[in-house]
Amino acid sequence: MAEPLIAVRGLSKSFGGLRATDRVDLDVEDGETHAIIGPNGAGKTTLIGQLAGDLRPDAGTTRFAGRDVTSLDAPARSRLGLARSFQITSIFPDFSALDNVALAVQAHSGHSFHFWRPARAERELREPALAVLGGVGLGARADVLAANLAHGEQRQLEIAMALATRPRLLLLDEPVAGMGLEETQRMVRLLSTLKRRVTIVLVEHDMDAVFTLADRISVMVYGRIIATGSPEEVRGNAEVRRAYLGEGTES
Amino acid sequence: MAISRRAIVLAAGAVLLALVPPVAGLLNQPFYVDLFRRMMIFAIAALSLDLILGYGGMVSFGHAAYLGIGAYAVGIFAFYGVDNGFLQWSVAIAASAAAALVIGVISIRTSGVYFIMITLAFTQMLYYLGISLETYGGDNGMPLKTRSQFAGLVDLRNPSAFYYVVLALLLLFLLLGRRLVDARFGMVIRSARSNEPRARAIGFAPFRYKLAAFVLAIGFAPFRYKLAAFVLAGGACGLAGALLANQTEYLTPDFMHWTRSGEIMFMVILGGMRTLFGPVLGAVVLLGLEDVLSALTEHWQIILGPFLVVVVLFAKRGLFGLVSRDG
Repeated sequence: MAEPLIAVRGLSKSFGGLRATDRVDLDVEDGETHAIIGPNGAGKTTLIGQLAGDLRPDAGTTRFAGRDVTSLDAPARSRLGLARSFQITSIFPDFSALDNVALAVQAHSGHSFHFWRPARAERELREPALAVLGGVGLGARADVLAANLAHGEQRQLEIAMALATRPRLLLLDEPVAGMGLEETQRMVRLLSTLKRRVTIVLVEHDMDAVFTLADRISVMVYGRIIATGSPEEVRGNAEVRRAYLGEGTES
Repeated sequence: MAISRRAIVLAAGAVLLALVPPVAGLLNQPFYVDLFRRMMIFAIAALSLDLILGYGGMVSFGHAAYLGIGAYAVGIFAFYGVDNGFLQWSVAIAASAAAALVIGVISIRTSGVYFIMITLAFTQMLYYLGISLETYGGDNGMPLKTRSQFAGLVDLRNPSAFYYVVLALLLLFLLLGRRLVDARFGMVIRSARSNEPRARAIGFAPFRYKLAAFVLAIGFAPFRYKLAAFVLAGGACGLAGALLANQTEYLTPDFMHWTRSGEIMFMVILGGMRTLFGPVLGAVVLLGLEDVLSALTEHWQIILGPFLVVVVLFAKRGLFGLVSRDG
């Protein structure tokens, strides 16, 4: 079997006395959509932060695409093809939707010490950006100021920005958080179209979304991964039911 | 669409400024050449601050440092009889840029109040250094022996010639600034700023951390771009300092006093941040009001103060925002 796209061994991170992640092992295969679920405070966001390179682990190693990236920070990992979107909507609010995506393209096309040519007139930035924006269904909203987009559209924009960096792995932290039913469905449809084209690791509380999208699911409780498997396996796992899914609904 | 109100205002402004020397000559009021030249020199300082304050979101409260360094570079050379302007001005720019590099390396890693305090502290250090330099007049300062010489190319002792040199430099900096903020470089420093108010608005540390990290997540390491902007702004302001020394023909540590930094910052805010042209307007209006009001009463600041408060409260995008709605 081929090496996993991302392989984590013994990853730990403590904040003071709190063990946010505790000797986590995780393999994500190339091309799969891997969901991480678990109760609030289980350490899911911390794990995502560690995968992205924003948080330095206290212990453990991370391999990505065949190389040890444990010591690399977020910009360096981003350039290797590891893109992240955030739990909180994180866009550049004063820029148009197209500008936002063009910035992401720009971040991955060499250094930016260009002082003379207007960036908004550069076709090699605008055209890929427009294509990606169209791909997430925001083509008609290209010139709208990001601050003025609806919440769901802003999350779509974030995905577009992540995609514009041509990632091999997309880290999504609660992509449907705070969305209404219709927006959620639209986002789930969008993510379904991305499946296979890009490897996805997603943290999500919305179980419908998780079971629709995920090829495999890892369950995290108190900083540890207690089970990994297909949606059916996880649904049937007694320990998982006890710790998480079945809370108060024993039959 | 392409020819906007902004472009018209701009062109009109440039023409008006170019007309100042002949009109002052007709009216036999040479003083106005002096006043408007002073305005334009501060306009260069203010627009250089706009690059880092407005576009970069870096609230540098020490921009007067570069004004002082530029002025002292000219003054000290002149003191030793070296009056070659090309040399003086180059050193003024280089020394200011170098100082900005040192200050920037240390301050840009911080943000908010810490950033303000560090930039302020460095400028105060330079201010007291100026006071301690007894050779160059200490806190009294010293007169500039001769204005910078340009090998007969242009004579700064001619008030109009000097005026047009300053005007040309101002227009050049406006053009360079415009290109720079719209180029890839500008997009990076503007994007780094764009997320910061959000971080502050949410206001608690882990979120703030994440949002700062966001700029990193799409693969930018903004530090070096912000530092480069800081150095460019310092160098440009250093040239303004060299011009100022020639303007006043006298230099004192007061050029570096923190109130001077505040004044430059006010020009930027009054005129309108993130417009480049706004700070120019801000410099003209602030120094113009100072001149008009101080002729009326010695308590002119009582009138100026409330005016500034009103502008800041009611014209969020500054005076330039009132005349130019686009962009």
